[in-house]
Amino acid sequence: MNTSKAKSSEGLDWIAITQKIGTPVASVILAILIGSFIMWVSGYNPVAAFSALYQGSFGSPKAFGDTLLRSTPLILAGLGLAYGFKANLFNIGAEGQLFMGGLAAAALGLALAGQPWYLAIPLLLIAAMLAGAAWAFIPAILKARIGAHEVITTMMFTYIARYVVSWLVVGPLKDPGQIPQTRLLPVESQLPRIQSLFSDATLQAMPFLKFGRAHMGILVALIAAVVLWLVLKYTTLGYENRAVGFNPFAAETGGISVQWTTVKSLCISGALAGLAGAVEVMGVHHRLFDQFSSGFGFTGIAVALLAKNHPLAVIPAALLFGAMSAGAGTMQLVADVPQKIILIVQALVIFFVAAEGIITYFLKQRQKEVPSHVG
Amino acid sequence: MPLLELREITKAFPGVLANDRVSMKLDKGEIVALLGENGAGKSTLMNVVYGLLTADDGEILVDEKHVKIKSPRHAIDLGIGMVHQHFMLVEPLTVTENIVLGREPGRFGVIDFATARQRVREISDRYSLKVDPDAKIIDLSVGMQQRVEILKALYQGARVLILDEPTAVLTPQEVTELFRVVRSLVDEGLSAVFITHKLEEVIAIADRILVMRDGAVVGETTPSATDEIGLARMMVGRDVVLSVEKGVSQCGDVVLSVNDVHIEDDRSLEAVKGVSFAICGGEILAIAGVDGNGQRELVESIVGLRRPTRGTIELKGNDITRANARASIEAGVSHIPEDRQRRGLVLEFNIAENIILGDHREPPAADHGIMHPKAIAELARKRIADYDIRTPSERVLADSLSGGNQQKVVVAREIGRNPELLVAAQPTRGLDVGAIEFVHTQIIRERDSGKAVLLVTFELEEVLSLADRILVIYEGRIVKEFAVADADAETLGYFMTGGGGSKLAEEQESKPVESSVAGGDK
Ligand SMILES: Nc1ncnc2c1ncn2[C@@H]1O[C@H](COP(=O)(O)OP(=O)(O)OP(=O)(O)O)[C@@H](O)[C@H]1O
Ligand SMILES: [Mg+2]
Repeated sequence: MNTSKAKSSEGLDWIAITQKIGTPVASVILAILIGSFIMWVSGYNPVAAFSALYQGSFGSPKAFGDTLLRSTPLILAGLGLAYGFKANLFNIGAEGQLFMGGLAAAALGLALAGQPWYLAIPLLLIAAMLAGAAWAFIPAILKARIGAHEVITTMMFTYIARYVVSWLVVGPLKDPGQIPQTRLLPVESQLPRIQSLFSDATLQAMPFLKFGRAHMGILVALIAAVVLWLVLKYTTLGYENRAVGFNPFAAETGGISVQWTTVKSLCISGALAGLAGAVEVMGVHHRLFDQFSSGFGFTGIAVALLAKNHPLAVIPAALLFGAMSAGAGTMQLVADVPQKIILIVQALVIFFVAAEGIITYFLKQRQKEVPSHVG
Repeated sequence: MPLLELREITKAFPGVLANDRVSMKLDKGEIVALLGENGAGKSTLMNVVYGLLTADDGEILVDEKHVKIKSPRHAIDLGIGMVHQHFMLVEPLTVTENIVLGREPGRFGVIDFATARQRVREISDRYSLKVDPDAKIIDLSVGMQQRVEILKALYQGARVLILDEPTAVLTPQEVTELFRVVRSLVDEGLSAVFITHKLEEVIAIADRILVMRDGAVVGETTPSATDEIGLARMMVGRDVVLSVEKGVSQCGDVVLSVNDVHIEDDRSLEAVKGVSFAICGGEILAIAGVDGNGQRELVESIVGLRRPTRGTIELKGNDITRANARASIEAGVSHIPEDRQRRGLVLEFNIAENIILGDHREPPAADHGIMHPKAIAELARKRIADYDIRTPSERVLADSLSGGNQQKVVVAREIGRNPELLVAAQPTRGLDVGAIEFVHTQIIRERDSGKAVLLVTFELEEVLSLADRILVIYEGRIVKEFAVADADAETLGYFMTGGGGSKLAEEQESKPVESSVAGGDK
């Protein structure tokens, strides 16, 4: 054996990790630099703008709370996307599953009025996951059975989901009033705010706990991230998901059903998106209306890309996007920079990360035809 | 004057010194064979020359001038062409399109196909490399595809042709043809570097032989100064038994029985037209045949990757005709696929993850859906040690193993599973002589412990040295059955290329071959 020449491979993981983190970090820095340049050219002060952005997202407990609030559905949607990506599935229609999750939570929440919270909340979350999974199930079956591409089918199902919700909130589920929305959920079905868990005295003593509107959904999201990480790393389910994503032929030869794995993967992806919809309804709006999601399912794509599909990396990636949308208001107020500029920065981050993603994707496609190691 | 000279090339990968101050020279009109164990660093060295890898240290001289080869494009400009073991052709395109790809004649982005076809014709006439310029790659045999790769290198103006294990995928007839081609190229003034694990080929074609071990050159010799045994000793550092001893087969109960199966290929054409045979425990049955005569489909249907349209397959009396791959594995069938990179391995997985593929639901790898990383790592380390897989750790990605070591991972997994039936397609493809000796010993040990082995290979020598009984397949039918004692390479080759005629085939159709079991002693 020539292992005598081999150094210990212990320290090597660090190199790998740095390499993995390298591109996302570089993408973010590049996006900020180019964003600054655009601001400067348009006559704004980029330093003032970004420090205001920082103030508005991390500058105070309340601002941080706002960031958490916006990150919560992004973490969940990003996890769903990442899990699908790992099996080489592009669940572009996460937004639709998110809508169905929100709908399930709202409908069941209203129906469960009078039940204690420890019954209502878990039931609502489970129902939302089932609804999201169900909404992904038909595209999944179509993919597995006849090969219909999930990008098309899940997208079409997103339109259906949105129209279904729009119709329900003006029709059967409508609050008796002017506005097209459902009634408020009973308190037992609402996810409490983080600061409501502490007594006034505690908050007085420890003001850094005043997280404003941030709610317990963040806990759901963090748990989901850890669970998904464990699933991918330590379960046969995750192993098969990854094997099918990397090489479906070898997976098949190893007795893994590619079709069944595809179905499971898209449904799990949908369940996580559904959960994202539920926490938004239960934690933020406490009711359902047709604009309850500001495209979290779509931003989730960018989050997963930035995180390179690593469940734990989804957390900081979602925080970044959450922070940008939380701080945009302050940026406009303090530095007088239009909020829309932050959309440019967001788009740039997505662009650079995706550009890398696209490049590696094509490289991979080529490698599928041309084995990379020619020995 | 050397055309190509390498001085002290050094290349390290994490945990491995793949090339350790390697120097070599290649003169005009010379064929240098590069020989060495799996993982010795041959492909790495040639990838450095072809610009796919950059050396950490050392110099490359072309025409006695220093060059830094940065990309394959650059290498091509310097007159260096490479034919990889796994071809890099675009399957749906035609021969001409593939050859001119990247260097299309024409103006303003419009390809002048008439000129292109004309030039391809010229080159193929000049070197008598006959190939239909309008054929689609996907319709060509492996040997033909390789010819297209060579034509492509010549079209690009190669003066140095690097061939990395070109014969690993060829049938004996194709090898003979390739040798003729390479010789005529060298007569025309080209030079070649030839990597192969087959010692008789080295002796037959090389002018000079360079032997590598553990990343360094350990010796240089010429065919006249040595023989196969000497080469093997130089390579491995000990005496190697080139053909493994084996005792008489002790035939037990029938393990696999295949009854009049008909199987379609991917284009829905009937590839297997009514084949019947049986293998008993303690027997190695070889199916010999030229590539594309239905072996692939037959193997796939036995291991649950393809459903026969007619007929039945039974394992120890249980019908597995309609079993999928998982059921087949669980029933005790192991499968060494012919294409390790496509079907055998998940290249992005590490060795440990690949070692459990197929057993990843069962203890010790997992139970109730939870995997046991410690047990998996332990198992992987055991396989790495038992099968001499050259790697610094079980966490190395399969992708970064050398070709032969990738093959060892697949073999280790499939034989290590201790199956009832081992279906081995090209099991020693890309392995060095030492590793072949080892794998052959393992296969014989399986047999001697009462297991059944179905061997599918183009290597006649492998057939003759391993098998107890041989079936020759031709155009989807078994045309001849031999006890190994009655078979020799010539007769086999005669039947493999259809020499038996259709009469035999028809006979075969009406009367399935009796599963007579010959106790071959060899
Ligand atoms: N991309 C890579 N990353 C890490 N290690 C590598 C990489 N490519 C090759 N190696 C290592 O370098 C060594 C030499 O590999 P190489 O492919 O050159 O061997 P080889 O002589 O061609 O063997 P074979 O006969 O099996 O094809 C091996 O130990 C291999 O694991
Ligand atoms: Mg090699």
